Amino acid sequence: MQKMLSHGAVAENNWTVLQMPVETIPQGNVLLPLKYWLEHSAELDQQAGLVGVWLESDEEVEALADDVAQLPVIALNFPKFVDGRGFSSARLLRDRYDYQGELRAIGNVIQDQLFMLQRCGFSQFCLADEVDLEAAAKSLNVFSDGYQTGADQAQPLFKRLR
Amino acid sequence: MYIYDQYDQKLVDERVEQYRDQTQRYLDGKISEEEFLPLRLQNGLYVQRLAPMLRVAVPYGLMSSTQVRKMAEISRKFDKGYVHFTTRQNIQLNWPLLEEVPDILAELASVQMHAIQTSGNCIRNTTTDQFAGVAADEIEDPRPWCEIIRQWSTIHPEFAFLPRKFKIAVCGSEEDRAAFLLHDIGIQLVKNDAGETGFHVFVGGGLGRTPVIASSIKPFLPKQHLLTYLDAVLRVYNRYGNRNNKYKARIKILVKAWTPDVFAERVEAEWAQILARDVDGVAQLTRGEVERVKTFFPLPDYQSVDEASMDAALQAQAADSVAFSRWLERNVRNQKQPGYAAVTLSLKPAGVAPGDVTDRQLESIASLADQFSNGELRTTHNQNIVIADVIKSQLFDFWQMAKADGLATPTIGTINDMICCPGGDYCSLANAKSIPVAEAIQRKFEDLDYVYDLGDLELNISGCMNACGHHHIGHIGILGVDKKGEEWYQIQLGGSANKNAALAKVLGPSLSRNDVVEGIEKLLDVYVENRLEGEAFLATYQRIGADKFKERVYAKDA
Repeated sequence: MQKMLSHGAVAENNWTVLQMPVETIPQGNVLLPLKYWLEHSAELDQQAGLVGVWLESDEEVEALADDVAQLPVIALNFPKFVDGRGFSSARLLRDRYDYQGELRAIGNVIQDQLFMLQRCGFSQFCLADEVDLEAAAKSLNVFSDGYQTGADQAQPLFKRLR
Repeated sequence: MYIYDQYDQKLVDERVEQYRDQTQRYLDGKISEEEFLPLRLQNGLYVQRLAPMLRVAVPYGLMSSTQVRKMAEISRKFDKGYVHFTTRQNIQLNWPLLEEVPDILAELASVQMHAIQTSGNCIRNTTTDQFAGVAADEIEDPRPWCEIIRQWSTIHPEFAFLPRKFKIAVCGSEEDRAAFLLHDIGIQLVKNDAGETGFHVFVGGGLGRTPVIASSIKPFLPKQHLLTYLDAVLRVYNRYGNRNNKYKARIKILVKAWTPDVFAERVEAEWAQILARDVDGVAQLTRGEVERVKTFFPLPDYQSVDEASMDAALQAQAADSVAFSRWLERNVRNQKQPGYAAVTLSLKPAGVAPGDVTDRQLESIASLADQFSNGELRTTHNQNIVIADVIKSQLFDFWQMAKADGLATPTIGTINDMICCPGGDYCSLANAKSIPVAEAIQRKFEDLDYVYDLGDLELNISGCMNACGHHHIGHIGILGVDKKGEEWYQIQLGGSANKNAALAKVLGPSLSRNDVVEGIEKLLDVYVENRLEGEAFLATYQRIGADKFKERVYAKDA
């Protein structure tokens, strides 16, 4: 079973990420591509496991505006770790659409991004297989605070502490 | 200047430890080269042609004498005893060891300095006018706003992996001394009809291979909304900037593709959503925070002085010494406060790479700032140093000290005060060397009387189209190009970063290294022959056009 970081701790990742074209949906929890979800969400009632959606970095979260309440997991893919669009997508899901479920970073995500990803609203992180997740988790707390507002903090530092 | 509180200090200290850990993991083989690249860049570390280069941030160009002395110490302990002042008001160390960079950063943190986001595809150091706070035409001191932007941009969680680098400049006056229209965001302090200060926001300016002058997208942004509006601009850029081609990734390309009007609408829509969410206005700047930051930029206690008698005494000293009078004319500028002057220390003596200073000179600069000013100094985008608030009666003593340390070359604003990037001698991006060209020009124009007769002239040299030497905005711009492995130089004319910003136009085919200086001489001959009384080079060029210059430079020898 794959592992991930979830809320700062190592956890089992029992979700399958499906790619387009989706032909059959396996048993268990699945993350569907956004395109598939938008076309087929109404037909998914009989699915036994949980259903979430994943977005490519160039897909707009606006497409999920009406769906967020029914999704337990939304995953944002980082095709390359330097592709920072997912940071803004996460802020929008949390701040604009009040998404309350798990927000998962998948793809080429690196340990050194964890602090910022978390501030943007991510709660779960799938890192490369060889990464020591216990050690990587420390990067979530590499800074004790930040100047800016974030998904984790509506008030800038100057308003809270100065 | 701004003094860190416990939160500022803690953040910088934590950044040092973060980078120490990252460096160690890299050295242990736990971080790949590709992954380490943006991490080190965002801490200022490039790997250059000969050695790594570390770029230290000088927020909006303001430094204390303590910080300057620390730079001298660092340059001795970790480098070769000299540093380089850049065209973005920062400082570069040319020979640090990658393994020692965490220790350098720790030394910097001990004097409230850092190298955070001095490189990489993130929000870079915010720059401003070197005469901020003392300029007569200033609407308001821009530095508190720069500091507020510095804090907002530092380790911003959403904008550390932008499509490309992102530079912000703030201009507090009518005259532009910050080249703010050549930045990704240019912010100008303005007053509205009600007399309130706010910001005129421009986006999409920049040099590089596609030089563009920024477009206005928000004529009046009320102060309290500065940070939410910046968030909106950056978010639109982060989401929609080109990520497939690094040469099309700057915000200027997006603004151009969408048109400035559409870009402005998209930002406005994003901003409206941010404001709608922030119903209680908690994300807005507060008067209290703005006032808190402003208290760090007080005006010195100016004495009430008899300026007329000081000026008379200066005239007498100038009459006795041609060298002093030259320095007064070129390197000293009156302030809005009577009896005080802002002095520019030249980092451009002939034979030295423009912007390079030794550790000893750094210590002299610190002493000058302590002895004649309030212990603060400003770096300039022209790669010089300004010490403001010098009482005029002490200018002669100042000059003697500065001269003894090689800091009083009286050529500010002349052809010999050129902007020049490190070029092919150091930089792995460069197509051609730039420092030897600068030196050859300085050697050619050693006759100061001729240099003064030529008057105000900005000559800017870049070793490649990335334009670190700002060649597009030089009255004369020189761009190094590679032609089949040989170094050639394209000449451009008519650029300006001032109020009526203009981009230089290419004169004609590029010249070989041997012909560049002669080409410049010919340009200057055409100017001298054609100028009207009191007309500067740029004005003559604008009046007569490029043809006469072109004919002379490219005339076939008879």
